[in-house]
Amino acid sequence: MSSVDMSMPILIVDDYKTMLRIIRNLLKQLGFNNVDEATDGSAALQKLRDKEYSLVISDWNMEPMSGMQLLTEVRADTKLKDLPFIMITAESKTENVIAAKEAGVSNYIVKPFNAATLKTKLSAVLGNF
Amino acid sequence: MAVVAVKEKIVAQLQELQRVDGSVDPAEVVTIVETVIDSIEGDLSALGLKVYADIEALARYIDTARAEIADLRPDDINSEHLPAATDELTAIVGATEQATHTIFEAVEGIEALTEKMSPEVAEEVSAAVTSIFEACGFQDITGQRITKVVTALQQVEGKVDALLNAFGDDIKRDGAPRATAKKTTTPSGAPARPDEELLNGPQLPENAISQDDIDALFK
Repeated sequence: MSSVDMSMPILIVDDYKTMLRIIRNLLKQLGFNNVDEATDGSAALQKLRDKEYSLVISDWNMEPMSGMQLLTEVRADTKLKDLPFIMITAESKTENVIAAKEAGVSNYIVKPFNAATLKTKLSAVLGNF
Repeated sequence: MAVVAVKEKIVAQLQELQRVDGSVDPAEVVTIVETVIDSIEGDLSALGLKVYADIEALARYIDTARAEIADLRPDDINSEHLPAATDELTAIVGATEQATHTIFEAVEGIEALTEKMSPEVAEEVSAAVTSIFEACGFQDITGQRITKVVTALQQVEGKVDALLNAFGDDIKRDGAPRATAKKTTTPSGAPARPDEELLNGPQLPENAISQDDIDALFK
């Protein structure tokens, strides 16, 4: 039996509506239906402070606040610092991945990605489901 | 004109040029060269004649270059060509985004119907739907790539502007100051950003590392 609460609130963050819709649909197919959206880091941070989420899935390149800045803010916040945080981004340079890891990202998915990769990374962060 | 006076005049002209920030009007260079030529009096040695000829050739070269650049209508690049290219690219992003969302509508409709299908068929349809969602990620990637191209075009626009300013109004078609057609937004609708604030976005295959390479960094 899965130890993962499939009704957990998840926040997805991306400035491209297309990508938000793709992630939302893939999460839905995996069984996660409690998904909220934000289109940049600052809007996401506000949502994270207004509501308790169990996971953040964020893009990197966004304005005015990037996914990396969001991650830094989350890890510096005493209430949010342990929140699982997955970066989904087209940034595939080694130095960027290392920078994200050092900033405390839970896992990192490079675009374009598929449902199997998303499921694998979710399992790695949340546990098998 | 006395040699000392000529020297002082040339020094003053060069100092005036140094005060100009970022651009030097070629006409100023021509004026200085002409001052040097005018100052040469009396009998000239073979070396002096060669220097004289070289300086004259340099002046002619600068003048010709300026005329040729003017013929190219460089002001058209900023006023017409680059804005048109940027608009076309922005339209491509908009069209692909619209088409992608139309695909989403259809696919989400198909997915909703799986409840009415037998479990075996529903599973196959669901797998196909997943593949379509995954494939639609192309719109995000192409959008980011096109945004990078638009940013590059804006940088070219800035360089052309600097060239126009360096060569002065006489190479502009109407000689009047123009408002450059700077874009204030990117295809994604986000405000235009200086390149240094951006990461590199999608890498070309030869520059990218794979998901497996990334996973290895997390072990």
